[in-house]
Amino acid sequence: MCGTRLLHSGPRSAIVGLALFALLAAPPPPASAAEEPGRDVPRDEHGAATAEHQEQVLDKLMPETDVSKPPPGFDPILWAAFIPEDNALTPQRVALGRKLYFDTRLSDDNSVSCATCHDVTRGFTDQRAVSEGIGGQLGKRNAPTTLNAVLLQTLFWDGRSPTLDHQARQPILNPVEMGMPDGAAALKAIGDDPEYQKMFKAAYGREMNYEDLGRAIGAFERTLVFMDSPFRRFLAGDDGAISAEARTGWELFNAKGRCMTCHPMNPSNPLGTDNRFHNVGVSARHQDFEGLARQAIKLLQEDPSEQKLDELAVGTDMSELGRFMVTRNRVDTGSFRTPLILNIAITPPYMHDGSLATLWDVMDHYNKGGEANPFLDGGIEPLALSEEEIDQLVAFLFTLTDVRFAEENQRQLGHQQAVAKKERPIRDEAMASRLTLPFEQRVMGAKSTDQ
Amino acid sequence: MATYKSVETRYMEEREELFRGLRNLDRRSFLKVSAAALGAAAGLAAPHSFTPVAVARGAEGPDAEPAFRFAYISDSHLYEKHVNDRFVRGLLRAVDDVNHLDPQPDFVFYGGDLAQLGQVKELELGAQILKNLKAPLRIMVGEHDWYLDLGEKWRELFGEPTYSFDHKGVHFVVLNSVVEADFWTARGMTPMERMMTVAGLDNGLQSSFTVGEPQRKWLQEDLAKYPDDARVIVFSHSPLYKLYKQWNFWTDDAEEVQAILQRFKQVVVIHGHTHQLLTNRIGNIHFHGLLSTAWPWPYAPEGMPELTIQMSRPDPFNPNDGCGDGEVHVHPDGLVDKVYNLWNRNPLVVSRAYTASWGKESAPPVPNRPAY
Repeated sequence: MCGTRLLHSGPRSAIVGLALFALLAAPPPPASAAEEPGRDVPRDEHGAATAEHQEQVLDKLMPETDVSKPPPGFDPILWAAFIPEDNALTPQRVALGRKLYFDTRLSDDNSVSCATCHDVTRGFTDQRAVSEGIGGQLGKRNAPTTLNAVLLQTLFWDGRSPTLDHQARQPILNPVEMGMPDGAAALKAIGDDPEYQKMFKAAYGREMNYEDLGRAIGAFERTLVFMDSPFRRFLAGDDGAISAEARTGWELFNAKGRCMTCHPMNPSNPLGTDNRFHNVGVSARHQDFEGLARQAIKLLQEDPSEQKLDELAVGTDMSELGRFMVTRNRVDTGSFRTPLILNIAITPPYMHDGSLATLWDVMDHYNKGGEANPFLDGGIEPLALSEEEIDQLVAFLFTLTDVRFAEENQRQLGHQQAVAKKERPIRDEAMASRLTLPFEQRVMGAKSTDQ
Repeated sequence: MATYKSVETRYMEEREELFRGLRNLDRRSFLKVSAAALGAAAGLAAPHSFTPVAVARGAEGPDAEPAFRFAYISDSHLYEKHVNDRFVRGLLRAVDDVNHLDPQPDFVFYGGDLAQLGQVKELELGAQILKNLKAPLRIMVGEHDWYLDLGEKWRELFGEPTYSFDHKGVHFVVLNSVVEADFWTARGMTPMERMMTVAGLDNGLQSSFTVGEPQRKWLQEDLAKYPDDARVIVFSHSPLYKLYKQWNFWTDDAEEVQAILQRFKQVVVIHGHTHQLLTNRIGNIHFHGLLSTAWPWPYAPEGMPELTIQMSRPDPFNPNDGCGDGEVHVHPDGLVDKVYNLWNRNPLVVSRAYTASWGKESAPPVPNRPAY
């Protein structure tokens, strides 16, 4: 089992919920283009910017570089560790991957590509609670950004994939995402294209195959390194790179907010993730862990394939089991991978189910000590952060955006500020200040320990 | 000649090894890993094995259905909420756990040290929280509950500390094993000074815990009507054996109590106080410790019982780690499976077969991190 440990190293952590939060479970409807001033970009039927538009934006974001070299500032040995031996970065592979990334032919109804949910103009996510696949089907999970995903130890919210090359093949086959029956069907959909035949040959020196398709997409995604944030400059010694408010937020991040334990941020680990899995109680707002777990164990015993796992994780309520679906360890129930927090400001809404609209809501969630449930990570505690401190933490989080997304960062700041001003559904000052304790309402109902 | 390697060389070698490992984590090894995880899960996890209950039953196969189950919570060490709410949260969490067991246990046993300093308000807070248990409560006293007012408030809330009851053919005995000889009168101590002395771990002032002559006599009489093959489970706050005196993991008249229990074919003793996964067997007596909801103690530096599978070192960031609650599954022969429901860890079961075979069978998995 030592191999298992390599993959899921670290303490597993867990959480619990209040029935009244069932009301909050419904994700907010995605804002339409018309409601987003300054975003009059051409869009497709799923609300993503058109591939043509995305590619134009991408060209501006990433002028051509030598992909065989590590990105600026990276130690070559360290960088090499993130590149699989069988998929060294070459211009041919990256070019092929980029073409595939934007190609809707890889979906069963020709409407969805990787870029639909990992949209260049939306922080390489879809900025929706959960993603929309073929036929307008909604999945159960929030699309994580492809930005800097190269540096993650595992992929997907539950870490069920070890590499981008492996990960890229799953959504194409998932019935609620791109809906191809199998890899052969995906290949067939693009196989007549002589350009692809040429590009595959140039990239991998062999006939088109599904594994190379995944490798090429992975290769392209490995070039999406966007880490040049004002905060990085601050860490490098430029005190003026971030505001005084954000600097105080950074102090809170490391101390009273307890953020840095799971989101370590320092020069040698700039991602802000421990690459571990924690139950912070988000799923506890709409969970029946025991019932779901029994169901999952039964279904995965009948069909232990990775495709089945992918289907259950993305398309069913068993999604809420998180890491448990992968390890079948009780302790992993309702726990999800700590997301990286680089560029976090431009990838709302938040959490594995996209249930929190703004970073203010995320602060409210942690400030009240998460959501009590039997698997709640014990490190999650009420924080007693004041409104001013919450603003400072959020100000800090807005400094983690790569400068190339400064405009979107500014737009998000205005937008999230406006939303948070109108509504803070998770805010609970009694919990945050421990007038009501975690688990108290679950155990004592309306009575309190004060009586 | 031994090859000398500098720190730097060793560092570079380790670093290379690490990166090799990272690179090798390709699809094939992932699948292998997945398959291993799946295999383990398939063996462990029969379709209803999600709850700790079922996990424990799985330990001995389907034939080993227990006759009944009870749950336990122990060592909450409550302060008043405005002084310290962490331990209050711990007890609340445990009550929540136990209330969500399905099916509900026959009763819930509380293992003592409900309060931290024996204060009226601490004990009342504990009683108020424990009232929310769905299953009936049986409770034992600990030294932290007792030495402020010598049991006055505790008795008012919970009754006499020494008692016995029968449940489904098993005779349960609850003892007050934290009786200390009077060290306070001669020194002119106030009640609070007495309490603080007992609450202190290692001092030359207090006496040792005992069950004491009157209770031993009571025990003898209480057990008199039960035949040698009766099923008997005894609860004591401190372990009824001598583990480590400096920490008061100790009962001074343990041998005399053991002698009373000796005539039975087998006896189970369940104790609190040590805040850790602890297993021992002395002759016919099988000992099991209880987890605390407040904090885990490290293991005693010497004299650890061989049967104990030491739980791994808790994560200091996670105040719940190493804490928890659990269940006891009583088998028809009177021996038990002890379920340690460790928060944020997988549950661990010390099965009846394990202690019955002196550790030769059904050994629980050894945690993959060092103990302390």
